[in-house]
Amino acid sequence: MLLEIKAVRKVFGTSVVLDDLSLDVDEHQVVALIGASGSGKSTLLRCVNLLEQIDDGTIRLDDEDITDPRINPDKVRQRIGMVFQSYNLFPHMTVLENITLAPTRVHRKDPAEAREQATEWLDRVGLADKSGSYPDRLSGGQQQRVAIVRALVNSPRLLLLDEVTSALDPELVGEVLTMIRDLKGEGMTMVLATHEMGFARQVADQVVFLDGGRVLESGPPTQVLGDPTEPRTRQFLARIIEAGRL
Amino acid sequence: MTPELPTPSAVQQGRIAYRRGKAIRSVLLAAGSTAVVGVLLIVAVTGSPGWERVKGSFFSWQIAKESFPAVVEGLWLNIRMLVVCAVLALALGLLIAVLRTLRGPVFFPVRAMATLYTYAFRGVPLIIVIYLFAFGIPGLRLQGTPGVYVLGGAALVVTYGAYLAEVFRAGIESVHPSQLAAARSLGLTYRQTMRHVVLPQAVRRVAPPLLNDTVALQKDVGLVSLAGPIDAVRAAQIATAENFNYTPYIVAAVLFVLLALPLIAVTDWVTLRAARRQNAGA
Repeated sequence: MLLEIKAVRKVFGTSVVLDDLSLDVDEHQVVALIGASGSGKSTLLRCVNLLEQIDDGTIRLDDEDITDPRINPDKVRQRIGMVFQSYNLFPHMTVLENITLAPTRVHRKDPAEAREQATEWLDRVGLADKSGSYPDRLSGGQQQRVAIVRALVNSPRLLLLDEVTSALDPELVGEVLTMIRDLKGEGMTMVLATHEMGFARQVADQVVFLDGGRVLESGPPTQVLGDPTEPRTRQFLARIIEAGRL
Repeated sequence: MTPELPTPSAVQQGRIAYRRGKAIRSVLLAAGSTAVVGVLLIVAVTGSPGWERVKGSFFSWQIAKESFPAVVEGLWLNIRMLVVCAVLALALGLLIAVLRTLRGPVFFPVRAMATLYTYAFRGVPLIIVIYLFAFGIPGLRLQGTPGVYVLGGAALVVTYGAYLAEVFRAGIESVHPSQLAAARSLGLTYRQTMRHVVLPQAVRRVAPPLLNDTVALQKDVGLVSLAGPIDAVRAAQIATAENFNYTPYIVAAVLFVLLALPLIAVTDWVTLRAARRQNAGA
């Protein structure tokens, strides 16, 4: 078991955002979190990355309790990559500097080596000519692909993707999804919060439907998306189909 | 090579002609009103009953020439103090601003002291700080008390450090939390996040107000003359007292404006560039 989330609770003020939530992710597995806005998808990802402190339960990564307060969160995050909805590239750094920041500063890699590795990655995703550009000169899709590369160069054990296509124009979504599909082919373990049901169906090994901070239903995509047992899931999917997103 | 654009249609040509006519009219109007206001001002000042007296006691070429060397010598002190104090005040301000952002109970005393400092020294008038430093500290009769230049400079640094700290802090707080989340998610420590992600963006954003405060400091360095050193304003005052003629003040004022011009120009340029960058990023 790569990631083991057990009975996690997260409270903001008086509202319970995650409620007794448990979820297991095996190595090389892709898990898609679906659910309405406010169902806790993003919060769960932020808790796994220790950007939020949980209020109860445990999260284990590679059999280590990462929610133990004695553990150094920086060390944990070095093993987890995260990509955000609004890319969050550093606007004052070039694409290359964005990518090499963590390898050189956190992983103490030789700068020349880090640059070489970054260039290889950019080449692979077709952005080699953008390495000297600042993020504001790139399209949303290009920025998001850079953000994914920025997370990948640190060779994370686990990649968290938080609605990575939600801020993109429809014609740019494809390039990002293709990249994620390639990552699955390479065996990257991923947990992704998404509204792209079609994509979840294709790429996920397990689809998890969150509702009110709980796992309401989970299983293979054909079951959860094709033949859901819970009425709430059916209702949610019906609304998605209505909006033309499935 | 610019591509050949098609000839505008008749409608567009009409619009172009109309806009050009309007632009010419507004330029003429601006020129006309400027001339009228200028003439009125000159007439009002030179036509006033006391003008001849004022002209003699504020704009005497002879006295300007005589007092010039002393005022310039004083100005040299202003320039030296400005450079040293500006650098130190910027460093102090940045340090205090960073200390104020530290979280956790361990840092409470540091945070509290930094906060208290910015509250106190933004409130106390600079003149009082200079008196306290220049006359109070030597009064303690401690071994190795520095001279009045250092003490006066320290008063300036401490006062301006408090203002600049607040400018830096505003910059730090303007960096969106998502930038911190992105940096921390890469495994960067809080220090690394500040150093590589937050501060570079914060300083760029507040560069215009920082430079603006530096222009203000340029004028205030002269206040160390209250403690004895002879700066440009004090030199002008001495020259004024010798001749009972105010021209040396005008000499000092002109020199101060000339000194401020490059700094103001840089400030405007940085502001413009920041605005452009932000628009490009939108």
